[in-house]
Amino acid sequence: MSVRVQSEPFDPGAALAAFTAEAVGAGAVVSFTGHVRDEGGRLTALTLEHYPGMTEREIARWVETARERWPLIAVQVIHRTGRLTPGEPIVFVAAASAHRAAAFEAASFLIDLLKTQAPFWKLEEGAEGARWVEAREADDAAAQRWR
Amino acid sequence: MTVLYFAWLRQRVGAGAETVSPPPEVTTVGALMDWLAARSPGHAAAFADRGRIRAAVNQEHVKPDAPVRAGDEVAFFPPVTGG
Repeated sequence: MSVRVQSEPFDPGAALAAFTAEAVGAGAVVSFTGHVRDEGGRLTALTLEHYPGMTEREIARWVETARERWPLIAVQVIHRTGRLTPGEPIVFVAAASAHRAAAFEAASFLIDLLKTQAPFWKLEEGAEGARWVEAREADDAAAQRWR
Repeated sequence: MTVLYFAWLRQRVGAGAETVSPPPEVTTVGALMDWLAARSPGHAAAFADRGRIRAAVNQEHVKPDAPVRAGDEVAFFPPVTGG
């Protein structure tokens, strides 16, 4: 499936291998994996809350937009929900195309749009307790550059 | 209509979901926020800083001037932080 929002852990290497096997004819495969940072040892866990239904719809919308904008043979987004620990993979984005420009751009577009549009909210746990992560202007700026 | 709350809005309201029947003059998302804010101190705290709140109606991102109708699913949440 192109879009997976799941509470189960995933292995980015296995995901990339499976994606590549399905992307028959692709000369270029590009992937991005986002991991939980430990923020210099401050963070002990990260919980991802989401909006069941809307989260999947929003990601699917941007996958569809990417397919319309670039000549893609295959696209995939996998995103975790639930409680994660430092180092764990949070998100995997992969794009396959005949040539590399489309694959690089589509993968970059998808992670930029996912970060500003997909309904997830991160709760960081550390020594001083739990706090909700604030959205970053840099992420908004990154999404804007695709307009 | 069904109202959903996420993240710190959910914590301040004290619930993730509620069913409400606002009066007929509540026709926009903004007006709904005003009406919900008066329901309890927790609701007031959740809606205190409108600049930090985003909304969706029937699972589509909307602005405060978007219409709301009986039967809609309206969600309120902070700016998203996925990825």
